[in-house]
Amino acid sequence: MGNDDLIIAGTTLRSRLITGSGKYRDDRVIPGVLAAAECDVITVALRRVDLDRPQESILSRIPKGKILLPNTSGARNAEEAVRIARLARAVGCGDWIKIEVISDSAYLLPDNSETIKATEALAKEGFVVLPYMSPDLYAARRLVDAGAAAVMPLGAPIGSNRGLRTAELIEIMIAEVDIPVIVDAGIGRPSHAAEAMEMGAAAVLLNTAIAASDDPVKMAEAFKHAVKAGRLAFLAGMAGASKTANASSPLTGFLG
Amino acid sequence: MSFADILKRYDDFDVGAYCAGVDESQVERVLSKPRLSDLDYLALLSDAASTPKNLELIAARARDITRKQFGSVIFLFTPLYVSNVCDNYCPYCSFAHQNKIKRRHLKVDEVRAEAKRIAATGLRHILMLTGESRKGASVRYLKECVSVLREYFSSIAIEVYPLDKCEYSELVESGADGLTIYQETYDMGIYESLHKGGPKADFGYRLLAPERACEAGMRAVTVGALLGLAKPTREAFMTGLHAKYIREKYPSVEIAASFPRLRPQAGEFEPKFCVGDRAFVQYMAALRLFIPSAGITVSTRESARFRDSILPIGPTKMSAGVSTAVGEGSGDASDSQFEIADSRTVSEMQKNLLSQGFQPVLVDWNYILCREGVC
Repeated sequence: MGNDDLIIAGTTLRSRLITGSGKYRDDRVIPGVLAAAECDVITVALRRVDLDRPQESILSRIPKGKILLPNTSGARNAEEAVRIARLARAVGCGDWIKIEVISDSAYLLPDNSETIKATEALAKEGFVVLPYMSPDLYAARRLVDAGAAAVMPLGAPIGSNRGLRTAELIEIMIAEVDIPVIVDAGIGRPSHAAEAMEMGAAAVLLNTAIAASDDPVKMAEAFKHAVKAGRLAFLAGMAGASKTANASSPLTGFLG
Repeated sequence: MSFADILKRYDDFDVGAYCAGVDESQVERVLSKPRLSDLDYLALLSDAASTPKNLELIAARARDITRKQFGSVIFLFTPLYVSNVCDNYCPYCSFAHQNKIKRRHLKVDEVRAEAKRIAATGLRHILMLTGESRKGASVRYLKECVSVLREYFSSIAIEVYPLDKCEYSELVESGADGLTIYQETYDMGIYESLHKGGPKADFGYRLLAPERACEAGMRAVTVGALLGLAKPTREAFMTGLHAKYIREKYPSVEIAASFPRLRPQAGEFEPKFCVGDRAFVQYMAALRLFIPSAGITVSTRESARFRDSILPIGPTKMSAGVSTAVGEGSGDASDSQFEIADSRTVSEMQKNLLSQGFQPVLVDWNYILCREGVC
């Protein structure tokens, strides 16, 4: 897409698809998935990394050249998220961090107020902070003020594959927030990803839809195409939808 | 309010009669619901739900939910018995005070040796167990053991006698982050008849131990009943209600349940109730539909073949490289708590899981991630 590259915190990304590294039947498939998805960024749960032998764990499956986006899965409040981010940096995962603060193990909904606190603290420490959030305009604005590099509202609860249940709220955020809005969680089908991109999302982040499919590599490729198609459609400017027919030759055209 | 109040609500409720009244169409209705009520869950534990057709449907739903919720991964851990000294008289357990078995109580250096041996297998999650004796394995001793294990493992759960909240707090402070405690049976009458003497006689104190642990800061709690002691359907029902109660009261705690079946042991106890493989699968699958986010632990009480067969249906955690004796690596091990039915090593389990399309996960949490003073 040439000059349509996505830029986050000064880094140019060729791909608008971000994938995860959990839930696979076999981690050895991850390099193939990343190649098929052609994505630049991959998330890793630091809780799954053996901190004594970080390179022997899941990190060993991630090809060089990819941007690691460690997440703070397991953090129940801002303090824990900050600590996990610092540990991620200390074991060589870089400066990018996806903040996940969740204190409800059933629905896995993010706690926006704790997320804002963690974002503020980590942005001050030089992290590139990508917070996972419940879609809310005011929270998004506070995250921008706190120094977030992007905001990542959920389309539906993590792992639910239910699509863009929060579309109206995400659309408002896309319209009002000046930093990239990345739709994270809930995307279960390539068509969901395409829909998010058509809406004007800067990127999508997903894991379960690829990891839990019967053929993760093929599904990764499907998502790659869906994200590109959705982005192209957004750039092309879609014709408005209407419930009534619109004649190609308007009846009142003669009025000038 | 505590789980004791929930249990009390069912004092006069006849689980058997309710299940007998469940018919095919009720099972169908339950299976069409996105969320199950308590009685919906019970309907899935009924005979009407265990017909080949219905059990297959329930298992398929359980498989889909498990895959979506947890992916195709199985978390591996192993138990480490540090003491089998016990003050209780449970007739169904080899460690019972009255049994003339070989007893061992590991010294802290021996705990370290065992920890090194186990850590060399690659495991990072461990479950530390003791017999139930405050004298034989004091809280101070437990804390010392946890501190040593901390050096070798990223996550330490304990399965010890029930403690006060402040004692759980001390263990959390030392490095424990999970608690497993089985009520043995949720039938108070049977519980009291089986535990006439010893500290375990207090049904209520044991019942509320998971809640005290949650309040003390444990991140993960596993509950269940030892199947074979009382009517199994009621036990499975109460296990689900217990897990649900804790999940709702402490939403940040990772709740798990287990359905351990009685195994041959040193005493002469004969289980009054038999739980077949079919019933086990039914309980596990029904629980998955009732609480989609709950972990389900399946131990080596179950055979290798059975554990392999149920992999897709709902388990999330399995033990590997198991010994139920104290001091296994010392060349001078105690007698075992029970006979295990799956003796596969950690590496054999890893290979087997991968060959069956499941990713074995050895690290799923690290205590230092939420430890003040670190970073």
